[in-house]
Amino acid sequence: MKIVLEHLTKRFPNRNKKVREDVIAVNDFSFEIPDGQLIGLLGPSGCGKSTTLNLICGLETPSSGKIYFGQDDVTNLPPENRGVGFVFQNYALYPHLTVLENILFPLQNLKGQNRPSKEDMLRRATEAAKLVRIDSLLERRPSELSGGQQQRVAIARALVKMPRVLLLDEPLSNLDARLRLQTREEIRRIQRETKITTVFVTHDQEEAMSISDLIVVMKDGVVQQIGKPQDVYDDPVNLFVSKFLGTPPINVFAGRVRGGQLLLGDDAVLPAPGIPDQEVWAGIRPEGFVPDANGALQCDLIQVEVMGRDTSVVCRHGACEQAIRAIVASEARPNAGETKVRFALKPNKVHLFAKATEARLSA
Amino acid sequence: MDYSKIESQAKRKQRAEKTVVYLLLTLWAVLVLFPFYWMVLTSIKSYSSYNSEYVPTFFTLHPTFQNYVDAFTAVSLGRYFLNTLVFTLVTTAIMLVVVTLAAFAFARLEFRGKQLMITLFLSLMMIPNELVVITNFVTITNWGLRNTFAGLILPSVTSVFYIYLLKENFEQVPDELYKAAKVDGTSDFKYLRRVMMPICRPTLITITILNVIECWNAYVWPRLITDDARYFLVSNGIQEIRENGFGRENIPAMMAAVVVISLPLIVLFLIFRNKVMAGVARGGTKG
Amino acid sequence: MKRNWKGWLYLLPAMLFLGFFMVYPLIDVLIYSFEEGYNSASQTYFGVGLYNYSYVLHDPYFLQAVKNTFLLVIITVPLSTGLALLISLGLNSIKPLRNLFQTVYFLPYVTNTLAVGLVFMILFKKTAYTDGMINLLIHAFGGQSVDFIDGPYWAKMFVMSLYTIWVVMPFKILILTSALASVNPDYYRAARVDATPKVRIFTRITLPMISPMIFYLVITGFIGAFKAYSDEVALFGTNLNAAGMNTIVGYVYDMLYGDSGGYPSYASAAALILFAIVLTITCVNLLASKRRPQT
Repeated sequence: MKIVLEHLTKRFPNRNKKVREDVIAVNDFSFEIPDGQLIGLLGPSGCGKSTTLNLICGLETPSSGKIYFGQDDVTNLPPENRGVGFVFQNYALYPHLTVLENILFPLQNLKGQNRPSKEDMLRRATEAAKLVRIDSLLERRPSELSGGQQQRVAIARALVKMPRVLLLDEPLSNLDARLRLQTREEIRRIQRETKITTVFVTHDQEEAMSISDLIVVMKDGVVQQIGKPQDVYDDPVNLFVSKFLGTPPINVFAGRVRGGQLLLGDDAVLPAPGIPDQEVWAGIRPEGFVPDANGALQCDLIQVEVMGRDTSVVCRHGACEQAIRAIVASEARPNAGETKVRFALKPNKVHLFAKATEARLSA
Repeated sequence: MDYSKIESQAKRKQRAEKTVVYLLLTLWAVLVLFPFYWMVLTSIKSYSSYNSEYVPTFFTLHPTFQNYVDAFTAVSLGRYFLNTLVFTLVTTAIMLVVVTLAAFAFARLEFRGKQLMITLFLSLMMIPNELVVITNFVTITNWGLRNTFAGLILPSVTSVFYIYLLKENFEQVPDELYKAAKVDGTSDFKYLRRVMMPICRPTLITITILNVIECWNAYVWPRLITDDARYFLVSNGIQEIRENGFGRENIPAMMAAVVVISLPLIVLFLIFRNKVMAGVARGGTKG
Repeated sequence: MKRNWKGWLYLLPAMLFLGFFMVYPLIDVLIYSFEEGYNSASQTYFGVGLYNYSYVLHDPYFLQAVKNTFLLVIITVPLSTGLALLISLGLNSIKPLRNLFQTVYFLPYVTNTLAVGLVFMILFKKTAYTDGMINLLIHAFGGQSVDFIDGPYWAKMFVMSLYTIWVVMPFKILILTSALASVNPDYYRAARVDATPKVRIFTRITLPMISPMIFYLVITGFIGAFKAYSDEVALFGTNLNAAGMNTIVGYVYDMLYGDSGGYPSYASAAALILFAIVLTITCVNLLASKRRPQT
C-alpha cells in the first residue's frame, strides 16, 4: 500500500491561552511513501513526527492537506476504517488480558462477514505470535513479560488484523540498550517478511539509519530532507541535518571561502571550487580526518581514546567552539605525548553551509 | 468502498452521541440544582403569596427579604449560626494539634511499643461511630457536660483516619531532612513546625476541609447532647425551626433559614473548588 | 532513653481522647448489651445475659427499621453507583462545560443534608394549601397525586431513596471521574485503531480498569447506606417510628434518648447487631471481589 501525503498541515490552539497564535505541529508535509518500504520519521522531540504518525493513523485529522492510501482519500476517515496497525510507545497492552487475548482483541472486533470463525481467529493469532516469536508466552499477562516481549506482543496485536499500514511510535525508546539492538533487527525482519508498508517514529538517528529504507528528517514541523539513510548522511541539505545524523556528531567550524579555498582560521585546508567568497559553516565528519604530518589542518591535541578497532582523537582548533572528535585508524594514531597533531581532510566528508541560512553550499 | 459515506456516517454518529451525552448531563445538573433554586425562590416569596399559590409558580415578581429578617428575629438562627461557627473552629483547631502530634510520633519518633500502638490505632478505624456514641452520651451526661461546648467538642476532636492520612504523608518526607535538622541542633518540635508541617500542608488542608464540612453538617451528636436551644447547632436548629418554628407553618421563612445555613459551605466550596474536590477524593466519604 | 518518653508525650493527647471516647466506650457498649434490666437513673441491673438482644430482635420497631434499612441499601447502592458511572462516562467524554458540570454535581456534598432535606420535603409534601410541586407534575402527566411524606409506604420509600441517591452522588461521581481520567488514553486510542465498538471498549477495557474503584464505592456505599439516619430525619421529622420510616441507627438513638429513650442496653444491643451486619456484608463483598476471575 502506497501512502501519499499532500501538503499536510496540522495546527493546534496554543496551550498558553494568552497567545492567540496556533502552534503548527506539521507544516506543509508532502511525501509519497512507496509500497512495502520501512520509513523512519526522525527528529528531535517536538518536531511534529508523532503528530504526522497520528495523522496517518487517523487519531488526528489534518487542518489542511490530503492523505491517500493507494488511490483512496482517507483524509477524514476515522482510524477504525483505515485498516492500520499502531504500536504505541508504551505498548498499551491491556493489563487484565493474557497475551493471547490481547492479540485476539482486534479480531474479535470484526463484524459480519469479515468476522473469522473462532478457529480462524486462533490460527491467525498463533501465526502472528509465531512471527514475532512469542508463541510460548501466550498464557502470560503483560506484567509478567520483559519490555522486549511486551513490544513483540504489541506488534503481533497490530499485525494480526493484516493492516494495510503498520505504524510504530518510538518503538524502542522503552527498551534497554542491548534489547534495542536486538529488537530493531527484529522489526526489520518482520517488516521484510510481511512486506507491509511501515512507518516508525524515533528521535534516535542511529536507530532510524540502521533499519529504514528511507528516512525523513523533521524539525519544527517542517521536513528537512527525505532519502536513503546513506544518501542523507553523505549529502545533507543543511547544517541541522548534518548535525543530527552521525555519532560522534559532525564537527562544525566557523570558516570562510576565499578565492576557491576553504579557510579555517588562517589555514587554507581544502579547495572549494565554484563557491563564491563568503563566511561559512564547515562541517567535518569524524571519519573525514586523516593524520598526516603534512596535513593542512593543525590542532592542539587533548586526548587519544583507544577503542580497539578505531581510535578517537580529541583536539582543539581556534575555529571550532567545541572540542573536535576525529575517528582514525588505530595504526595511524598520534602518540599521546604530543601536543600538536596535523590532519589532511577527505573532501567528501566536508560539507559547507551558508553562514546565515545554514543551507548547503555546493558547486 | 465508499469512503465519503463512512466519513459522514461517523460524523453523524459522533454528533448524535455528543447530543445524548450533553442532554444526560444537563438533566442531572437540573436535578441537582432544582432543590437549590426552589429553596432560594421560596425564601423570597412572601408568606401570604406562598400560601395562596395552589399551583406553585416557578418565579416571583415581588421578591421580599422579610423572610430573612424573620429567620434571624423570630427564631434564634443567628445564635445557631454562631454556635456552629465556634464549634467548627474550636473542634478543627484542637483536632489539628492532636492529629499532627500523633502522626509525627508515629512517622518520625522512635519509642518502644510504637508498632503495637500503630496497629491498635489502625484497628480503631474499623469502629463505627454509632457503636461508641452510646457510652459517650452516658459519659458526657455523667460529667455534667450536657448543653456545653465542651460536651459538644470533646468527643469530636480525634479521628484515627486523619492521623493515618497525615502519618502516611509525614513518612514521605525524606529522612535526610531530619538528620540535617538534627545536625543543626533543631529540636523535634521545631522540626515538626518548621519543616514537616509546611511540606505536608496539602494534607493538612485536606483534613481541615473534610473536618469543617463534617462539623458544619454535624447532627447526631449535637442532637443527643443538647436540648437547650441556646446550644443548638444549625442542623438541630433547622430541625427545631421545622417542628416548633415560627409559631405556625411558615415555609418561606424556613427556606430563608435553609439558604442562610447552606450558604457558607457553598461559598467556601466555590472559592476553594479544586482543593475541596481533591481533598474529598483523597479521603472523604459521606455517612 | 530520653527519646523513649518523648514519643509517648506526642501521642498522649490522641491517646487520652481516643481512650475516653473510643476504646472505653467500645468495651462499655459490649457490657451494656449484656446487662439485663439496666436502669440509667440508679445505674443498677438485674443480671447478665442475652435478653437485650432478644428484646431488640422481637421489637416490631426494630424489625421495621431493619426492613427500611435493607430496602434503602438494596435500592440506592446499585442505582447510585450505576447512575454515577453513566454520568462520569459522559463527563469524561466532553471538554466544553466539563468543569461547570463537575462543580454543579459536587454541590450536594457541601450542603447540610438536614437543610436540603427540608426542600425535598416541601417539594413532595401534600398540604391543605397545595399538593406540592411533584404532585402537580404527576397531575400534569395524568397521574394520581400521592402524599410522599405522610402517605403510603412505597411513596415514602421512594422519596427516601431519591434523596439518599441525590446526597451520595457527588462523592461517587468525583471518585469515578478521577478513576476514568487515570486510565491511560493510549488504551482507548489502541482500541479505536482496532475498530473496537463502544460497548466492547466499555465492558472489556474501561470496566476492568476501574473495577477496584467501583468495588471501593460499593463497599463504602453499603456501609454509608446502612448508617442512614439524618436524611430520614430531614424528610420525616425526628419521630421516625411514628412515620414508620426509622432506620437501624435511628432506632439506636431513639432507644438512647428522646421520647422513647433511656434504654442504653437496648441501644447497645441494636448497635452491635448493626455492626455485625455491616461487618458481614463488607467481608462478603471483599471475598466476592477477590474470588472474581481476573478476565
